Amino acid sequence: MRIVVQQAPFDFGQEAQDFASGHSNMGAIVTFTGVVRDTGDGALEAMEIEHYPGMTEAALTKIADEALARWSLGDVLVIHRHGRLVPGEMIMMVATASRHRKDAFEAAEFLMDYLKSRAPFWKREVTGQGAAWVAARDEDEAALERW
Amino acid sequence: MNVLYFAWVRERIGIPRERVETQAETVGELVEELSAREERYAAAFADMSALRVAVDQELSSFDAPLAGVQEVAFFPPMTGG
Repeated sequence: MRIVVQQAPFDFGQEAQDFASGHSNMGAIVTFTGVVRDTGDGALEAMEIEHYPGMTEAALTKIADEALARWSLGDVLVIHRHGRLVPGEMIMMVATASRHRKDAFEAAEFLMDYLKSRAPFWKREVTGQGAAWVAARDEDEAALERW
Repeated sequence: MNVLYFAWVRERIGIPRERVETQAETVGELVEELSAREERYAAAFADMSALRVAVDQELSSFDAPLAGVQEVAFFPPMTGG
């Protein structure tokens, strides 16, 4: 398991390559990457991500441990950035390795659902009109119920 | 104990962390104590349903006991991913 919380950008291709190599007994590698999305009208200047140093790493480790306990996984990777990001930048990625794709896909979805509302990150959108905290969505909380 | 604030809770209270000497026995009592101090705390804690709390860096609840606790953090629902 590898958990990374950092301000700096990460190289998605390199991370996926490194994760996939060295798991020759794993038949399935699933990756997911979250990207800062523009609001559509080009108004979003930046996404600022605040976090809780110490608790963030602990919470991500706990979520990854839970995934390892529930699915047959060879490995888990979680990278999540904080600080100021502009549209198009990658915010985070998860990767899972398993013997078969079902476990890899399900575990990746589980990781995404949980780190959206159980890892201490807070997003703030900065536009020409000012900055506003992103509100948590009810469906993000509801998404946890299926697990 | 150390009390930490994040996101708009931090903005409303005006500081990211502070040292608080308290006799409060639960998180809820600590909230009442802070709210009684100054308007900015009362404003931040006005809607408890919009708040989450971590006790020693673990998500917790407002009825959690504070005996032996080193760090309490208040923040809005998380928006990671």
